[in-house]
Amino acid sequence: MQIYLDLFIVFFKIGLFGFGGGYAMLPLIQHEVVSEPHKWLSMADFTDIVAISQMTPGPIAINSATYVGYTVSGSVWGAAVATFAVCLPPLVIMLLISKFYLRFRENHYMEMIFAGLKPAIIGLITAAALTLMNSHNFIDYKSIVIFVAVFIATLFKIDPIKLIIVAGISGIVLY
Amino acid sequence: MLKEPKMPILLQMFLTFFKIGMFTLGGGYAMVPLIQREIVEKRGWVEESEFFELLALAQSSPGPIAVNSSIFVGYKVAGVTGSIVATLGTTLPSFFIILLIAAWLVGFRSNPHVEAFFKGIRPAVVAMIAAPLFSLSRAMGIGWKGLTLVAAVAMLVAFAGFSPAILIGITAICSLLYGIWQKRRQQGA
Repeated sequence: MQIYLDLFIVFFKIGLFGFGGGYAMLPLIQHEVVSEPHKWLSMADFTDIVAISQMTPGPIAINSATYVGYTVSGSVWGAAVATFAVCLPPLVIMLLISKFYLRFRENHYMEMIFAGLKPAIIGLITAAALTLMNSHNFIDYKSIVIFVAVFIATLFKIDPIKLIIVAGISGIVLY
Repeated sequence: MLKEPKMPILLQMFLTFFKIGMFTLGGGYAMVPLIQREIVEKRGWVEESEFFELLALAQSSPGPIAVNSSIFVGYKVAGVTGSIVATLGTTLPSFFIILLIAAWLVGFRSNPHVEAFFKGIRPAVVAMIAAPLFSLSRAMGIGWKGLTLVAAVAMLVAFAGFSPAILIGITAICSLLYGIWQKRRQQGA
């Protein structure tokens, strides 16, 4: 029983302080899961989870919660508890934010705030794209060909899901 | 909020977010084009103009962007129940897949076909994040002043390691002060 409680507390904490999503949450997850006092995973295990997260759909926080919950407790319940715990703080906080926003969206001051936030959000997406242009994602000229092809296809509004599937199949054919 | 019978809407929402959760490979922003397609264009649950507000809100709360976005859309369409259903839809695909891998597919990672598949997907995801940036900026009517802010935020986050949440907070406060200052100036003139 203690293990479920520990899992809940640790992943609740990760959900509560994990600002910025994705890779911004990695140091926090690592700190909670690899370091004292729990030491649930070795550094090598953690690197594996990151790699598996990159290969599977879904947010990395959810992936690591499910994985750690399962391996630490040896049962599906551990995975469920950890995944639930990591979603709980965002659920409560985001609900409050949504409620507040939907009520005050017409407010003059809200409009002022969002006028400035729009460019900032585009900046954040640009940052995400820039960070992802690394040697892990671009291994050779074939990667660049895929990049250019998908870039053009996206401009023509081709369904992203179809593009992902086609890109994956191209990967199998090309590599 | 929509006044249709709740059950079909909830089911629709679960399936739509399940689909998004299933195909969000490569981290939070990879879902931006998916949300735009499924939620804005196909379903119309969020208007094009609200899309940015959705992203801003999702960034200002802790937790994965994918989860936060589904909570907002779910709440907007069908209240608290909607947000729970949408969150379940987004998280269940990863939950089952990771469970499967943790329990049985220990060799999943080193399978050469899986590896080749992802070698193809990775640059595609980057392209899908980068390509809409131009049309998004145009749709938002971002001028030179805005572009400076875009560049500044992009640089600070990508190369100086600034936290997106903190930058959003700072930008929000500055925009508010700037808006008030402009209003005062107009009234004074």
